[in-house]
Amino acid sequence: MQLDLPLVFMVLMGLAILAYVILDGFDLGVGMLLPFAAREEQDLMVASIGPFWDANETWLVLGVGILLVAFPLAHGIVLSSLYLPVALMLIALILRGVAFEFRVKASGWHRELWNRLFSAGSLVAGFAQGVMLAGVITGFLDGLPYLLFALLAGAGLAGGYALLGATWLVLKTEGDLHAKALRWSKVAILLTVAGVAAISLASPFANAAIMDKWFAWPRFLWLAPLPLATAAAFAGIWRCVARLQDGQSKREWLPFVLSVWVFVFAFAGLAYSLFPYLVVGRMTIWQAAAAPESLWFVFVGASFVLPLVIAYTVVAYRVFWGKARSLTYGA
Amino acid sequence: MIADPILLARVQFGLNIAFHILFPTVTLALAWVLVYLRVRIGCGGPAWLTDAYRLWVKIFALSFALGVVSGITMSFQFGTNWPGFMEQAGNIAGPLLGYEVLTAFFLEATFLGVMLFGRDRVPGWAHTLSAVLVAVGTTASAFWILALNSWMQTPQGFTEIDGRLHALDWWAIIFNPSFPYRFTHMMLASGLTVAFLLAGISALQLLRHRSFEPARRMFRTGVLLGAVLAPVQVAVGDLHGLNTLEHQPAKIAAIEGIWQTERGAPLLLFALPDAEQRRNDFVVAIPMGASLILTHETDGELKGLNEFEGQHPPVAPVFFAFRIMVGVGVLMLSLSWVGAWLVLRHREIPRWLLLIFAGMAFSGWVATLAGWLVTEIGRQPYLVYGVITTAETASSVPASHIAVTLTAYAFVYTLLLVSYMIVVTQLAGKEAGGGAAPAMPAAFDPATA
Repeated sequence: MQLDLPLVFMVLMGLAILAYVILDGFDLGVGMLLPFAAREEQDLMVASIGPFWDANETWLVLGVGILLVAFPLAHGIVLSSLYLPVALMLIALILRGVAFEFRVKASGWHRELWNRLFSAGSLVAGFAQGVMLAGVITGFLDGLPYLLFALLAGAGLAGGYALLGATWLVLKTEGDLHAKALRWSKVAILLTVAGVAAISLASPFANAAIMDKWFAWPRFLWLAPLPLATAAAFAGIWRCVARLQDGQSKREWLPFVLSVWVFVFAFAGLAYSLFPYLVVGRMTIWQAAAAPESLWFVFVGASFVLPLVIAYTVVAYRVFWGKARSLTYGA
Repeated sequence: MIADPILLARVQFGLNIAFHILFPTVTLALAWVLVYLRVRIGCGGPAWLTDAYRLWVKIFALSFALGVVSGITMSFQFGTNWPGFMEQAGNIAGPLLGYEVLTAFFLEATFLGVMLFGRDRVPGWAHTLSAVLVAVGTTASAFWILALNSWMQTPQGFTEIDGRLHALDWWAIIFNPSFPYRFTHMMLASGLTVAFLLAGISALQLLRHRSFEPARRMFRTGVLLGAVLAPVQVAVGDLHGLNTLEHQPAKIAAIEGIWQTERGAPLLLFALPDAEQRRNDFVVAIPMGASLILTHETDGELKGLNEFEGQHPPVAPVFFAFRIMVGVGVLMLSLSWVGAWLVLRHREIPRWLLLIFAGMAFSGWVATLAGWLVTEIGRQPYLVYGVITTAETASSVPASHIAVTLTAYAFVYTLLLVSYMIVVTQLAGKEAGGGAAPAMPAAFDPATA
């Protein structure tokens, strides 16, 4: 049997990007929410993501790494077309990443500066990733309507990250901060609903192929469960948060899990819209693929190592299971 | 003036890679120093170990974070700055980078969380294991990236089909001729950088607080580590040079400033290479020195730049960077031996020597960066030596875009570098300054209990 390696790597890249968006999504989201919390609460918020952020961002490197390894012909086109938003995202991620360390080690006004850079970096990174997404959807077209679409997507993705961050805090905190996290969740749901709806409705107009893929009869009927499931997940989060606020429910993990599902559904919709193109209308995964001997070499290694990576990632999350406590470097 | 986009792209990538390499240079060896401390703590060693570990794990975490974020930037800049590189050499570069992510990045990033924050959540052995896995991860990362870098210098194990390179033999690609030398040279460079960082930061603490036990111990560790590694590095550097002479004679000609092929070439201690006239001015030289070092014969023939006209690197930067690297190396060797002699004889370290060590805290960075400039500029005008030129891989991104982002990166990196050096020295001061947290008696310390 012949294995369709470009397809296999497409799936792997998709899963790496999805893992990144969810995992770094929640820690970027927590960063965006930092300015709305009190001083001591901020430290606890950062403590809830401190042990994980390094590894979470590694999924981004894996995603872009697979693009580079498996689809070298598209790697250059995609990244040079997205030159400015990529640079913006990188600088934001740099400032935010180092702020984790500097905000606790610096003193005086430096400390406050790093706190600000931490939340600004989180927001800008999420926003820039949305702009990059818009570029991929439209096939890197220029012009005012596309610019507006890009800004919309940026705001939408940042809103989605805020939702993941707020519901993560619902899971990981107690007391006042927990109550705040529930309130933030509600605001973030509204932002995310607006974002998802706007991107979904605008995409078919930004890219005619997407219009065709979704709205041709009777295909539309087969696809209808996806938007319906997304809507149900949103409604579920809202209801859960409301019940947690009233003290009628103890299921603090449910809003986060449902938020993850929102991302999974939205991702599935996008994947369906774009497949099999890496550069919309110009380059498919098969046209962009690396030579088979190179793909095999990586595939063999990845088949052994990736399950191991997933296993020890689960272990790391289990080590820090339960409510967040303040972090100290232990010897 | 119209700026050259290729030059801007090179400056930008060079800036990023130069900034990036500072931090892996620290974490590579520091990870193993922490393993050493952690294992001794686990075996119930003396109390100063815990204090030393507490300081150095903080410096490690900070260096690691800076390495991660600048490394992410690099993974994107391969595509944004050199799309042609991936189009032509992606079949070979891609898998090597892929293995680095899979076998190294996830390992180090995941267990770093446990190592830094998991002390009270996992048993002692699991915490030590995490430290070991972080160290293994950083070393694996160096292995893969140096395999790729060495392959770009001494490529083999591939064939060219329709303008794209295809792998024939992965073993030959990974273990290419310059890889063993370059990998060893880099690991030792990291060891020396950390040796002088340990000694330098400890010297700062001792200047403030002479009897501070953790600083005295770590100063000793750093000095002895430096005294052992420096001569080994001299020997390995010599072998690396001979290997370069065999595979990249143009680079050696630039390093030695030899414009015309000659027998009994002198070793230039100083000179001003003149690229226009293709000769050197203001020469200070040891007769026949270069021939002796490189061919082990006083009248051995060395190929000059005249044999590689149009295909050799710019001479001046390679020439000067090499002399800076060797100069810092000689300084490190002499200083660490003086220090080792005093330490081993249990003599009091004089204040002036502590001041010099403190001044040399970041000297490893200078030598490492100079070494990288030698090897990377020395490879020009090629990106993959003899196969792909740098110019043909450049991006079509407009110069203005590169200029704007270059300015932003330069600003951010300067900010971070200054902050890093301030914070590291402040952390050291805090630990030593009148003992912010007095060391707990060993019996009550969770780490040693």
